[in-house]
Amino acid sequence: MAVIDVEHVRKQYGEKVAVEDVSFTVEEGEIFGILGRNGAGKTTTVECVVGLRRPDGGLVRVLGMDPRRDGHELRQHVGVQLQESELPDKLTVAEAIDLYASFYRTPADGRALLSLLGLADKRNTRYRKLSGGQKQRLSIALALIGRPRIAVLDELTTGLDPAARRGTWALIEDIRRQGVTIVLVSHFMEEAERLCDRVAIIEAGRVADIGSPAGLAGRLGGEQRIHFQPSGPLDGRLLADLPEVTSVTRTGGTVVVTGTADALLAVTSALARRGVVAHGLRVEQPSLEDAFVAVTSGAGPSTEI
Amino acid sequence: MSVDTTPAYAAVPARPGPALAKLVFTEARLLLREPVALFWGLAFPMALLAVMGIASSGPGARLGGLPLVAVYEPILIAFVTVAFAIQGLPAVVAGYRERRILRRLATTPVGPVRVIAAQLTVNLAVALVATAGILTVGRLGFGVALPGQPAGFLVTYVLAATAMLGLGMLVAALAPTGRAAGVIGTMLFFPLMFFAGLWIPRATMPASLRQVSDFTPLGAAVQALQDSMRGVWPHLSALAVLAGYAVVFTVAAARFFRWD
Repeated sequence: MAVIDVEHVRKQYGEKVAVEDVSFTVEEGEIFGILGRNGAGKTTTVECVVGLRRPDGGLVRVLGMDPRRDGHELRQHVGVQLQESELPDKLTVAEAIDLYASFYRTPADGRALLSLLGLADKRNTRYRKLSGGQKQRLSIALALIGRPRIAVLDELTTGLDPAARRGTWALIEDIRRQGVTIVLVSHFMEEAERLCDRVAIIEAGRVADIGSPAGLAGRLGGEQRIHFQPSGPLDGRLLADLPEVTSVTRTGGTVVVTGTADALLAVTSALARRGVVAHGLRVEQPSLEDAFVAVTSGAGPSTEI
Repeated sequence: MSVDTTPAYAAVPARPGPALAKLVFTEARLLLREPVALFWGLAFPMALLAVMGIASSGPGARLGGLPLVAVYEPILIAFVTVAFAIQGLPAVVAGYRERRILRRLATTPVGPVRVIAAQLTVNLAVALVATAGILTVGRLGFGVALPGQPAGFLVTYVLAATAMLGLGMLVAALAPTGRAAGVIGTMLFFPLMFFAGLWIPRATMPASLRQVSDFTPLGAAVQALQDSMRGVWPHLSALAVLAGYAVVFTVAAARFFRWD
């Protein structure tokens, strides 16, 4: 069942078109990523979804409701974590959670939620004294305190160190396991690849492509790259003649072969037939980042909103 | 991070309190954590009143037939109103916009309007407490009579507080940041309080200066409060000036206010 339905949404600010034509649906229980460069229109798209902005054209339905007309009811069921949104400096963690809990009809247990987010020992700490990662986790807690059916998280891990980032990712997977549909806005490909069931790549106000991260990577990301050091002399033509291989280059003792998804098997078989061992064998799969670059590189420089 | 799943998403059986009450309570708690604002808005005017009261006991410490302490009561009431409405409120509200707190609230069922309402409520409440304190200390400590015309006093107070809160919200609307709002508020403090008579009480102002003062919000307010304290109904001209400012500032604040 689609919980979010966006059809041909268009939004412009004065002369500047922020969103040209964006359509996608989000299914219940999935983690859906909205990717794009800065200024591509992803934040505006999300703001239309959560009812902060009224689209100039097109249709938005969230849980079957119109975010502008039925906003009051909808906000009971949609938790939003906005980019760069803060709290008063002298408000403590527990006070913030209690306050936001009072906004909802059936809030979650704030104490348990803070434990889940690793903030249990920070309950009496003032906002100003929290680290960047703690502030971010509190912000996520506030988006979840109303027990939303949908959580919209914008630039979830921007500014976090790698450990905090991974912790946050594990948390998002926990939340999804509890049945929450998650919309993740990001320009961070590794995050989307790790978390998202499907992603939409937005470029210059349009959906450039949509699909699973692996699907997009395989379809758009180009070729496998195989690196190794041969144990003995090796004629490059031997590999170049394989139908699965598109190029062979040699840098010092290292050979780099590019080719289709089946190239690895073909190359290792050919080496085995010659009795050559591939030392330091390393394979680079096409990534979502490659797909992203492929999709977005055709367009001109992005414009900031 | 632990993967302790079930409890966090269990609904809490207890009904949450009304959000507005919770917001007012929260904003009040935050204000109580600002020692500088409380000193400036509560302790300082009280201390000034006490100084005037002690000075009033000496001979010749009378202005326009009133002891100094009685002259300063309306001025200090204007002072606390400015302290909370012009110096406190705008910096907080503009800061909430700058830090995208208003925007975040717009994504919740309560919306951002209620946090503004809570701020107005809290600042008005503290100004009222300070006003009551000034009247009480003046009465018990220095024998200044309570307002002889309480209805006139109340009408004046409501109009003056509305004008000042409206001006505070206008500053919050126009200032780009919380810090800028604080600076603008401090810059407004001096002319407002000058014409209210903080440095030169209205009774000792040259006639021309007093005429200008009559048309400033706090000059009119002090005049009307003084009349009410003496037991006469305030001049309609003073009330009209206050009402005019109240309407203009409030409408302008509503017109120019931005949520993000």
